[in-house]
Amino acid sequence: MMSEVTLNKCILAVVTTNPGKVSSGSIPTFYCESDEELERIASLLTRITNGMVHDLGNGVYILVRH
Amino acid sequence: MPKVEYVILTGFVLGTVARFYLLRVDYRQYPSYPQGYAIHLTLGAIAAGLGAVAVPALLEKEYSAITFLALAVQQFREVRNMERESLERMEKHELVKRGEAYIDDIAKKFESRNYVAMVTALLTTLAVYASKMLMVGVITGLIVLLVMRLLIRPKCLQEIAEVRPARIHFEGSLALVDDVVMMNVGLKSAREKLLEKGIAAMIIPRDDNARVTLANSGQRQAILYDLSVILGIRRETDEPEFIPLAKRDPDNGNIAVLIMPVEPDIECMIEVIKRVSVLESSKRQPLDTYIGRKAAD
Repeated sequence: MMSEVTLNKCILAVVTTNPGKVSSGSIPTFYCESDEELERIASLLTRITNGMVHDLGNGVYILVRH
Repeated sequence: MPKVEYVILTGFVLGTVARFYLLRVDYRQYPSYPQGYAIHLTLGAIAAGLGAVAVPALLEKEYSAITFLALAVQQFREVRNMERESLERMEKHELVKRGEAYIDDIAKKFESRNYVAMVTALLTTLAVYASKMLMVGVITGLIVLLVMRLLIRPKCLQEIAEVRPARIHFEGSLALVDDVVMMNVGLKSAREKLLEKGIAAMIIPRDDNARVTLANSGQRQAILYDLSVILGIRRETDEPEFIPLAKRDPDNGNIAVLIMPVEPDIECMIEVIKRVSVLESSKRQPLDTYIGRKAAD
């Protein structure tokens, strides 16, 4: 029988206007020029990945799958 | 004394009526399809048949008839498993899940309703034999049905808690219902939509028993499921920020509920929450113990 494996509570992506706050790692990171772009990219990514957007309050948004 | 065939028939009919009476689209919105009715009415009729033949068989000194009752118990357990499996399979397609506790509660109810059908049939035939009148059996059957229905009736949430409207607001990206933090909502558009279309309520437990019962996440999921089914849910599968939430205030045990329904009517929301069943598997009664009462004062 095939079993489905899904990841829970994992960070899918980082979207930021502040590259200095994010270290490069294994998580896809999207750099944006403005707050509007940040909002738009995060909004598109949430629809694509089904992850939820969380604002860390320092210009960094993370997408988390719950 | 009426003929034995009539006695069995009376028990069978009363038992089947009992199952039919308990088989309605109830607050859990289940079963709500014709196949479900057909399955459960048939199983209920079989249960009633087994209950109806038990007394006449024993009076004929056919003591092996008691094994039929054991067979019935086995069959009812199958009913419970069948319901559980079927609901668990449907679970992945639900926008808001019932949760395992709610599924277990529904499955148990289906099992217990078959016992009601069997016991009603059994006591009906017993009453006919005792009184030698069919009418006495019918009346006994109806009384047994009503009494058993009262006995297996679950408590509603309004019996253990108060429900009142609550305010949704944001502190930065944190969504709060009164003082309870619900979640971090990153997108500004989602925050605006939540403020515009969301409604919230606060469930305040009446005592320590209710506080522990409401702490159970299965009970909270049942509340969210009932809300989403009755008020509708304004969410698609790719919009996780609009999932209904029930969070507990750790300081006082109050439960904050946030939902974005199709019908944003706070009065209806409160009514729905008040009528949610208290799940048997979630129910706790610490105040029934000496230490529990001592700790509570």
